[in-house]
Amino acid sequence: MSNISILKEREKQIYHKGEEPFDMVCETKSTAGAVSQRACVFCGSRVVLYPVADALHLVHGPIGCAAYTWDIRGALSSGPELHRKSFSTDLRERQIIFGGEKQLYHALAALIDKHEPKAAFVYATCIVGIIGDDVDAVCRKVSSEKGIPVIPVHSEGFKGTKKDGYKAACDALFTLIGTGSIEGIGPNSINILGEFNIGGEAWMIEEYYKKMGVEVVSIMTGDSRVEKIKRSHGARLNVVQCSGSMLQLAQMMEKKFGIPYIRVSYFGMEDTARALYDVASHFHDNTDIMDRTKALVKEEVDKIYPDIQVFKSYLKGKRAAIYVGGAFKAFSLIKALKALGMTTILAGSQTGNSEDYEILRDMCDDGTVILDDANPLELSKYIVEKKADLFIGGVKERPVAYKMGVGFCDHNHERKTPLAGFQGMYNFAKEVYGTVKSPVWSLLKRPEDGTKTV
Amino acid sequence: MLLKHTPVEIMERKALVINPAKTCQPVGAMYAALGIHACMPHSHGSQGCCSYHRSALTRHYKEPAMATTSSFTEGSSVFGGQANLVQAIDNIFTIYEPDIIAVHTTCLSETIGDDITQISRKAKDEGKVPEGKYVIHANTPSYIGSHVTGFANMCKGMVDYFSEKTGVKTNRFNIIPGYVEPSDMEEIKRLLSLMGVEFIMFPDTSGVLNGPMTGRFSMYPDGGVTVEQLKQTGDSMGTLALGETASSLAAKTLDTKFKVPCEMLELPIGLSCTDAFIDTLRKAAGITVPDAITYERGQMVDVITDMHQYFYGKKVALFGDPDQLISLTQFFLDLDMKPVHIVTGTPGKRFEKVIRSMTADLPYNINVRESGDTFLLHQWIKNEPVDLLVGNTYGKYIARDEDIPFLRHGFPIVDRVGHSYFPTVGYKGGLRLLEKVLDLLLDRIDRDAKEESFELVL
Repeated sequence: MSNISILKEREKQIYHKGEEPFDMVCETKSTAGAVSQRACVFCGSRVVLYPVADALHLVHGPIGCAAYTWDIRGALSSGPELHRKSFSTDLRERQIIFGGEKQLYHALAALIDKHEPKAAFVYATCIVGIIGDDVDAVCRKVSSEKGIPVIPVHSEGFKGTKKDGYKAACDALFTLIGTGSIEGIGPNSINILGEFNIGGEAWMIEEYYKKMGVEVVSIMTGDSRVEKIKRSHGARLNVVQCSGSMLQLAQMMEKKFGIPYIRVSYFGMEDTARALYDVASHFHDNTDIMDRTKALVKEEVDKIYPDIQVFKSYLKGKRAAIYVGGAFKAFSLIKALKALGMTTILAGSQTGNSEDYEILRDMCDDGTVILDDANPLELSKYIVEKKADLFIGGVKERPVAYKMGVGFCDHNHERKTPLAGFQGMYNFAKEVYGTVKSPVWSLLKRPEDGTKTV
Repeated sequence: MLLKHTPVEIMERKALVINPAKTCQPVGAMYAALGIHACMPHSHGSQGCCSYHRSALTRHYKEPAMATTSSFTEGSSVFGGQANLVQAIDNIFTIYEPDIIAVHTTCLSETIGDDITQISRKAKDEGKVPEGKYVIHANTPSYIGSHVTGFANMCKGMVDYFSEKTGVKTNRFNIIPGYVEPSDMEEIKRLLSLMGVEFIMFPDTSGVLNGPMTGRFSMYPDGGVTVEQLKQTGDSMGTLALGETASSLAAKTLDTKFKVPCEMLELPIGLSCTDAFIDTLRKAAGITVPDAITYERGQMVDVITDMHQYFYGKKVALFGDPDQLISLTQFFLDLDMKPVHIVTGTPGKRFEKVIRSMTADLPYNINVRESGDTFLLHQWIKNEPVDLLVGNTYGKYIARDEDIPFLRHGFPIVDRVGHSYFPTVGYKGGLRLLEKVLDLLLDRIDRDAKEESFELVL
């Protein structure tokens, strides 16, 4: 296994810490023929906009795109659940030939009458880009007839990578921002960007800010509502997590509304504390906020620290491989793993840029493998070579890790407990401990292989 | 309630599917291709398609599902995907070293009109296909049919590319198992062996998507039909196609091209359909049914007899793939239950016709729909409640909202395990289905019983 070859086109996307020069290639399309773990533009848009719970999400295309994105993300809502249904124009051969605009118009009109959503997002899929439906025109027409924002999302799958899908989603959100009243929004106010409320994480983070005395105007897009997004330009600061998806929106809001932004991460004690302190120092006119933040961090850390030390005593020296969507998450994970006494022997992302990879390089120990847009063969090769005890990734990596007898932690859509914030660090440590130290890895050996029998 | 938006009043919808009971062709083609040994399924389209399909298969089987993609760009969608596919073929054979690449198309590559035959010929001419290796393909436009159609098309692809006729007839039968679980394929093979029938089964995902934990990751697990076997299918005595929608296309192709006579059967799920399967084998191979199989049948009938009071009159709603639904409907009729609402998302006129003819003599009306969705099914259930719901994992929303016992069956099942290890075909599979249905019905009786009528013995 360890002597498998690497595609020549891929060599530049793999770097071993310690080697010179460092000239990683990234932000490219996947090599044709690779078992890429990446998704498409549509996927990028869909995951970003999906948690807007009181909007209608209509997928314009053949059934697959809607079927595969039906309630697959655990982005929780405290109220409406309209986003968890799957609406598709289910384009058939007839519409491929004669166009699907009529289909789209009728579907939209019927759905808006029925569900009375606050806004509608219409996702254009590959085929729509090819047959040339004028989605914008249909959206405009329906919008004027029904009196709600009907927003086209240009997410044709082939028009780039998942990142371009994030961009299309940001564009869609941006059409809403600035259209609501900002009355009553105070000076110490923020938007939480790039937080999707997987497992209820946004609720936890919002609670921290409330305790600090910071007003949260909107969360994009975890448990979010159209009305809140519309008035989000009233906030004084954008706090951006998951930089891959939402940095662009923060930049657009800065340009148009003059709202500054900071980049944060809520994974791990260190980064969570850093995030809260950064927000507190932004509102330095109000010293109460910093005082409250210090107290909050102390209280939260005190709560989990003893347990973290216990987990650490078991996990010390264990080796982790990380393969995640955005590189920013990898930074936090490396730090969080370090806090548990673990080393990172592989760090990769689907969508990192060269700046990201430089940071990764600087964070990692010599010999760590840094990967852009990896495939399972490469991942399995390095799991063996670097003797990983833990793999952190998404749905497609899980069975690969398990087959190799390596523990796994889902840090993607399928995580079931919140991994953000201080409580999230405890949950993360518990999950890592549970899988790395699980007795299942010793079950592989049969009695005749020399294990003890009862 | 998650589905609080579902109204009781049913309105005709033309332009809209809500909560589908199907997905698109390519995933079915991918699943079928994984049933060939050392085969790499290849998705000729945007990379999202491949990613979604692999995720869907991974969630359902909890196994690695390998496949490659042409990674279309804006350029390829304008100028055609030829360059991408040729490069992909080269890369796949160089790095992943499969014996076969099974290309399926997508809505994108179909609409721009890529000719896969011509492109793979070009790859071959340019020396990108190593000696003894193969590129096969199936056209699977996402805007026609469903995932079941994609499976059928890839099965036909296997015949188109591999089947040969040497002129010397063998004593084997071709078995096309349908879009069923790896466990079902395993069980069908076990029954054939018990019967002493020589066979080639294709595709065969057993050992591929339900393999053991070995401590190693293998791109190509041990299972799957081999190229050698596929080639011999043109010399077989006959073909048994299980499930019309998934299997008849390949079977008919073998018939027209190589004069291998084919027989179409419903999937051997439940007593009657398994009876038909075993009896067809008996006649075709000229053998008597071994005692071991008669014994299994007897056990199944025994359980039905013992518990028939609990089955009688219970209403069932079902959704899923047409082939499964036809056999399951028959199964519930055998049990004296009442299948009252039946929906498939897969288009095709045969489905409603067969269900209607199976249920023509019943003293009550049934709702049946092809090209339907689970939103419609839910509305039907609101209008006429049922005692049991059968379908894939997406049924759990309806089951929860309406408080109905829920039997998971079909694709995908992403919240329970077992389907890839325990079959529902054959008499053994029938026993398992009976156990599952009874557990659900009896648990409900226990749950709802008043204290004074809460019974120890049922």
